[in-house]
Amino acid sequence: MNNAARILVSVMLVAGVAACAKKAVKTEAPVDQTPVTDTQPAGDTGRYKVGDLDSDSCLRQRVVYFDLDRTEIKPEFSAQISCHAEYLRQFPNARVTLEGHADERGTREYNLGLGERRGNAVQSAVSAAGASMGQLNVVSYGEERPVDRGHDESAWAKNRRVEIVYTSAN
Amino acid sequence: MNNRFLIRLSLALLLCVLGNSAIGQGLSIDITDGSRSADPVAVVPFAFEGAGLPPETDVAEIVRADLARSGKFFTLAKRDIVEFPTRESEVQFATWRLLKQNYLVVGRVADAGEGALRVEFELFDVARQSRMLGLAISGQRTGMRDVAHKIADLIYEKILGVRGAFWTRIAYVTSVGLGQNTQYALMVADSDGFNPQVVVRSREPLMSPAWSPDGRKLAYVSFERSNSAIYIQDVSTGSRELISAQKGINGGPAFSPDGSKLAMNLSYAGSPDIYIMDLATRKTTRLTSHFAIDVEAAWMPDGRSLVFTSDRSGKPQLYEVPLSGGDASRLTFQGQYNARATICCDGKKIAMAQGTGNVYRITVFDRATGTYSDISPGNVDESPSFAPNGSMLIYAATEGSRGVLYAVSTDGRVRQRLVLADGDVREPAWSPFRQR
Repeated sequence: MNNAARILVSVMLVAGVAACAKKAVKTEAPVDQTPVTDTQPAGDTGRYKVGDLDSDSCLRQRVVYFDLDRTEIKPEFSAQISCHAEYLRQFPNARVTLEGHADERGTREYNLGLGERRGNAVQSAVSAAGASMGQLNVVSYGEERPVDRGHDESAWAKNRRVEIVYTSAN
Repeated sequence: MNNRFLIRLSLALLLCVLGNSAIGQGLSIDITDGSRSADPVAVVPFAFEGAGLPPETDVAEIVRADLARSGKFFTLAKRDIVEFPTRESEVQFATWRLLKQNYLVVGRVADAGEGALRVEFELFDVARQSRMLGLAISGQRTGMRDVAHKIADLIYEKILGVRGAFWTRIAYVTSVGLGQNTQYALMVADSDGFNPQVVVRSREPLMSPAWSPDGRKLAYVSFERSNSAIYIQDVSTGSRELISAQKGINGGPAFSPDGSKLAMNLSYAGSPDIYIMDLATRKTTRLTSHFAIDVEAAWMPDGRSLVFTSDRSGKPQLYEVPLSGGDASRLTFQGQYNARATICCDGKKIAMAQGTGNVYRITVFDRATGTYSDISPGNVDESPSFAPNGSMLIYAATEGSRGVLYAVSTDGRVRQRLVLADGDVREPAWSPFRQR
């Protein structure tokens, strides 16, 4: 997609989200997700080490959760987005697959599209925060890989997600 | 309610007796609306007149169950059958008239040599006291279910003037387990859920099976290459071809009615759009170009246009686009969420999954009258697929922690649970007619 088209899509998405916001009824239970407030890379130098992927409290956060039918990234995930973007900026050979997922409501092929939209949203955000697009691969699994097979709001909230999966650490 | 429970219980006990092959397949029929008209028909158990052991398969019972499931017939329960004629000379029409039966089926099974069996059956019009049909079909002992479905097809067609669709198959996807331990399988079974066979097994998701019009191949989506990819596989030989593995989504395969093309939804250009591949040349052309999600193409029976799902107006709705390209026109305006079209009856009826809040049910849209009829009770009902004669649909539902497939008559009157398995069962696709 060229930049003009991407901007157009972003504008439409924002417009769509704004339009939805009035009607959408939110009854979702809160998800078990620990917000991270530490937006700075660990250590005094401001530089990450490869091992930080396993030890840094921010880099260990690898799942971004979404509201029903929504693809915009909620503020509580901006720290997570920023630290992964910073890591990727510092390690240009590091590679990430962004796995987009949806809950079970709606049809499977449509949910594949929804999962991809969420993956693209995280891709745009991580890239805007410093990573290069070439480091970020998006794969949508739609509703095919739930982490919770329940049929209620709490299960659905856990399943609407993008998982940040490092395929190469450096 | 008590009666229904007893029927279920007795069927369950019967299944236990029948052994492993039938275990796990619920056979209870729910008559959801008994007020609608249906033809009463009695199918008398067929006599075995051969040497040795009778076949394990109760041919007459399969014929009866097929006719009952169609919603077009009330079948006389076995316990209410008081006479057991096997041929025309033994039929006393007064008995069946007294039992208020419009039609009567009798038959017998004999040896056909080399271990094969010959099933002879006759269909009678009770009021006219006349024979409508008398035919014989032979088959191996292991093929008696096929013979029974063919007999049910012939009876259905003789009475209703519409080809029966019992001797057909269904494809569906199962998944068991969670996370990395999930096992997926693409299955094919008889139209009544019996004889399930594994077509593909995978540790990665399998999706969206679609039959070729000759019933020999299945197109489907597999994630075995770490992303969605579309394959076409020969059901009997297992040989297969990779059709599309582009960047992004490769999904929603659908064969054109003449089998020469495959519709797909691909997202490599930015968002999912509908594409058409010419299967002979592998040349792909883009049919829709929209930043919205365009998926789930279904061909109109004349092959000239396709119906697909798009959220270009906000929520998913059905649209129709000519194969020649051009603007798509919106078809559905009732309901928040309308998706996954299946088309029958020369394009006059379109069934879909319709969502309102958290409830998704199967709805049939009549294009001539513009009316919608719900045919499933609703919860997470999805993936409707019409039988090739339009008389019934199959769809997926969830009951507790288990996935189930239901067959339902197109008028919604009769519903039967066909496939019941641990884990998830989904995305049933009803095959075309098989070649007789």
